[in-house]
Amino acid sequence: MTIKGKAYIAGIFEHPTRKADDKSLAQLHAESARGALADAGLTREDVDGYFCAGDAPGLGGLSMADYMGLKLRHIDTTETGGSSYVIHVGHAAEAIAAGKCDVALITLAGRPRAEGMATGTAPRNYGAAPDVAFEFPFGPTVVNQYAMAAMRHMHQYGTTSQQLAWIKVAASQHAQHNPLALLREVVTVDEVVNSPMISDPLHRLDCCVITDGGGAIVVVKPEIAKRLNRPRVRVLGAGEAVKHQMGGQVDLTYTGAMWSGPRAFAEAGVTPADVKYVSIYDSFTITVLITLEDLGFCAKGQGGKLVSDGNLISGTGKLPFNTDGGGLCNNHPANRGGLTKVVEAVRQLRGEAHPKVQVKNCNIALAHGTGGSLGTRHGSATLIMERE
Amino acid sequence: MAGQERKIPAPEANPETRPFWEAAAQGRLLIGKCKACGKPHYYPRALCPFCGSDATEWVQSGGGGSVYSYSVMRRVPVPYALAYVTLDEGVTMMTNIVDCDLDAIRIGQRVRVVFKPTEGGPPVPMFSPA
Repeated sequence: MTIKGKAYIAGIFEHPTRKADDKSLAQLHAESARGALADAGLTREDVDGYFCAGDAPGLGGLSMADYMGLKLRHIDTTETGGSSYVIHVGHAAEAIAAGKCDVALITLAGRPRAEGMATGTAPRNYGAAPDVAFEFPFGPTVVNQYAMAAMRHMHQYGTTSQQLAWIKVAASQHAQHNPLALLREVVTVDEVVNSPMISDPLHRLDCCVITDGGGAIVVVKPEIAKRLNRPRVRVLGAGEAVKHQMGGQVDLTYTGAMWSGPRAFAEAGVTPADVKYVSIYDSFTITVLITLEDLGFCAKGQGGKLVSDGNLISGTGKLPFNTDGGGLCNNHPANRGGLTKVVEAVRQLRGEAHPKVQVKNCNIALAHGTGGSLGTRHGSATLIMERE
Repeated sequence: MAGQERKIPAPEANPETRPFWEAAAQGRLLIGKCKACGKPHYYPRALCPFCGSDATEWVQSGGGGSVYSYSVMRRVPVPYALAYVTLDEGVTMMTNIVDCDLDAIRIGQRVRVVFKPTEGGPPVPMFSPA
């Protein structure tokens, strides 16, 4: 069975807050859900499938279904970190294709800023996870794990800090047009490489922002999409993969996108050359560079060249990416950037991106999520969508 | 070199991994090996991650290896080097590179295991230049 053409993204919402001192976590989820349903022209009563991940409070899907008063016949709480919500769109399409639900709601929210979380620089202890005793004593944090991937990529392929900096430069060029972006200032390659070193070779401006907020997506069956008064965005293909340490055969130079990408392209029946816009999870600049290689937008090891000289900037570059400013400049709600990647891709397909960054004739777009860590274990999810 | 020592959190042993930490207390580095498929693995576990067999055994590493990748964490009170070291036995493990100039660490550099004390637990395997 394929999901191609069997489901549509009918509603999207990105919560406008970037610091939510005065809101609860459940409230942020519910406000995001309300926004996406209103965007679709649907109501809470229409929802019969619900998707959320580890950021939802309490018993996740149960607690949020209770809070929002949802009456469900399908629930999926797949947790792959920040890529969860990209996977959820694929799973929602599968459930809709199988007749398990008609209107699927996906929500995300979090308050790492309000809670004063040391997101990138403090080691996280995942309790009884089997790897903890063999990793936690050595101080693995989000940033130094991704940094080890960058260091190895530089060693093996000659990738430079200046090439990585171009990714942030492109994101900042886009963010200047987004009034809600946390960082709207345009930066230069020199400013990125001269920003303070956090963990070699990643500088402060190679790292994404930390924000509170949330978002939601509504996926519906074709019959419902056709009666809604919105531009129609069809799901063409989805791929997922998990990459880990492989029993000690560690290779940090590629990601699970190496597997999730071809699966999504095969299902969609398109190639990278057909894609007009990409939303690529940008926890760090290196995440974008390696992912673009793995998805086949260039040969392995050539990512540095691909991202340089403004090639990712909408209007001038060949491969416009993250036109909302992405996680590097705009928003990284709950330290999980997958959902907002889908949201901006849908805006592009609808023609609803900011006019300064809207890609012309944007008929096919890709969104990719990376959740967990490039340095140890992560979930990868690739989603390809088409404007009908 | 830091004038101040970074405090190392104690690893928590469980019934599956206790032999590893008992050996660590004696200064010996153990890795997992499967008697069914013959492959070494890390971190060590009771069921082989390559073939699924439960015929796994502990074998002692010679303690030598080379740096696969590393990163010096700067935005903390005591900078430290997180690293992956590939042992001569062929498995790659997460660790720290210690007792050296952190700015002189290089990928491919030869290193040797050295056990460092933790806060109230068994010592953990780190590496210093060979």
